[in-house]
Amino acid sequence: MKLHTLTIHALQELLARGETSSLELTRAVLARIDAVEGKVNAYITLDRTGALAQAEAADVRRRQGEVGGLCGIPLSIKDVLCTKGLRTTAGSRILEPFIPPYDATVVEKLRAAGAVILGKTSMDEFAMGSANENCAYGVPKNPWNLAHVCGGSSGGSAASVAADECTASLGSDTGGSIRQPASHCGLVGIKPTYGRVSRFGLLAYASSLDQVGPLTKDVRDAAIMLGAISGYDPRDSTSVNQPVPDYTAALIPEFNGLTIGIPKEYFGAGLDPEVEQAVRHGISLLTEAGAKTVEISLPHTEYGVAAYYIIAPAEASSNLARYDGIRYGFRDHDRHELLEMYKHSRSKGFGAEVKRRIIIGTYALSSGYYDAYYKKASQARTLIIEDYARAFAQCDLLVSPVTPAPAWKIGEKADDPLSVYLSDILTICTNLAGLPGMSVPCGISSGGLPIGLQLQASHFAEEKIFRAAYALEQRLDLKNSCQL
Amino acid sequence: MKITPEEVRYVARLARLSLSEAEVAETTLQLDGILSYVEKLGELDTTGVLPTTHALDIRNAFRADELHKSLTQHEALANGPLQNGEAFVVPRVI
Repeated sequence: MKLHTLTIHALQELLARGETSSLELTRAVLARIDAVEGKVNAYITLDRTGALAQAEAADVRRRQGEVGGLCGIPLSIKDVLCTKGLRTTAGSRILEPFIPPYDATVVEKLRAAGAVILGKTSMDEFAMGSANENCAYGVPKNPWNLAHVCGGSSGGSAASVAADECTASLGSDTGGSIRQPASHCGLVGIKPTYGRVSRFGLLAYASSLDQVGPLTKDVRDAAIMLGAISGYDPRDSTSVNQPVPDYTAALIPEFNGLTIGIPKEYFGAGLDPEVEQAVRHGISLLTEAGAKTVEISLPHTEYGVAAYYIIAPAEASSNLARYDGIRYGFRDHDRHELLEMYKHSRSKGFGAEVKRRIIIGTYALSSGYYDAYYKKASQARTLIIEDYARAFAQCDLLVSPVTPAPAWKIGEKADDPLSVYLSDILTICTNLAGLPGMSVPCGISSGGLPIGLQLQASHFAEEKIFRAAYALEQRLDLKNSCQL
Repeated sequence: MKITPEEVRYVARLARLSLSEAEVAETTLQLDGILSYVEKLGELDTTGVLPTTHALDIRNAFRADELHKSLTQHEALANGPLQNGEAFVVPRVI
């Protein structure tokens, strides 16, 4: 039995029956990491000693009858979430030496549930990217085909799950950063409703858009993980005080009584025919499961990318002002004048894409340009939200592709930031409207790369997403051709 | 051109970034492409449309003004690239 290949729920059963221990499982996963990490490069920081100690502690807790929902399960964490005593870089040189003095709330919750934290995964620097190619610590490779990108910005998280270098992972999603890598690596990834999960201890990129969520091997694991990290947190003033349902209760094979909307703007020009075919096949399976379908129009979708690439950089330019070489991170010690020290610490610490977005954001917020850019983008955001409100008056869920095409080759779009931005067109509006969205596998391209199907629902309607994803998963038999 | 090298240098200074001349040239070109794309928003009639800053209707979150445990001085200073055990050390400004 290959313990590293199993899901959380399969492992929970084995652990409960005493057929394995967390220590044995964690050792199996660490052995897997030794075998494939050299090819995949999913991790920035590994904590072998800490992981084995946490595994032993989980086994003790289990023997004492204290069995949390993730007791003894080895997980990886995107390197944008603070882990007490374990280096957290946000994928940036500017935070290379940073050791957080506290855990993010989501990490605290995972630890309380008994999880074993293996290490911190690769990401686009400060979560700015769609392919995980903006990396200070090396680009992670897609486990399905090592010449291709993993998707970003939670690419290392996706790679670590797809390559069985952990059982599940936490990522973050500001414009598609959980859903795109989940789609490209054949995983389930859910970005929850804004406010569902605490952002305390998440290094901020764009605060009004960022959410934390899981990347997992199947739908049930995603439901378990989301249940474990959700809930109100007084330390995040934007977290919402709503009860957390048992998401696994939504996993029933029938799909009667729900209407799925098919947004025509998501099937427009530029969509890869294989992606369209796989998603249409997924829709037909949902229909067989009992769903009704209705065509929907979200006319402002095409303005999403433009609005996002003003709003997110504007927020980032403010959020990233804190990296000044004084309180944490890199400092250029050769500069002895304050302004010079700031400028050189930041310029040497940040990579090209981060500097680009800080400059766009600063420009958009600067005197004389605010109305033309930030205000206009925020008004477009309102129109996008109104589109969704009209759509959800007619349907329960929106079904669409996640990305216009399967994962591209590493380096293929290196010199063209705008073409990379445009690949976000199908995931960005979800964040602008604060909605929950999931990528669930629905096919494999002729080139052997996974294709995801996106499910979006209204605020706090994650259970509908889980119902649809589970119904689809039950009816699909995707051969995992990820061979490492 | 939507943006000139002079504007890029000015904005970089506002953002406390130092760019080489080659970076200024490249950034100007890339920003020009991005800003031209963003011009697309101008197609929208947004007269009377309220701007959204948060997708959910979130009000100010207040809590009771009570003391909570916080980081110790040692913990708070531990990541400082230059500190003397009591404070962060910064370049002289006066």
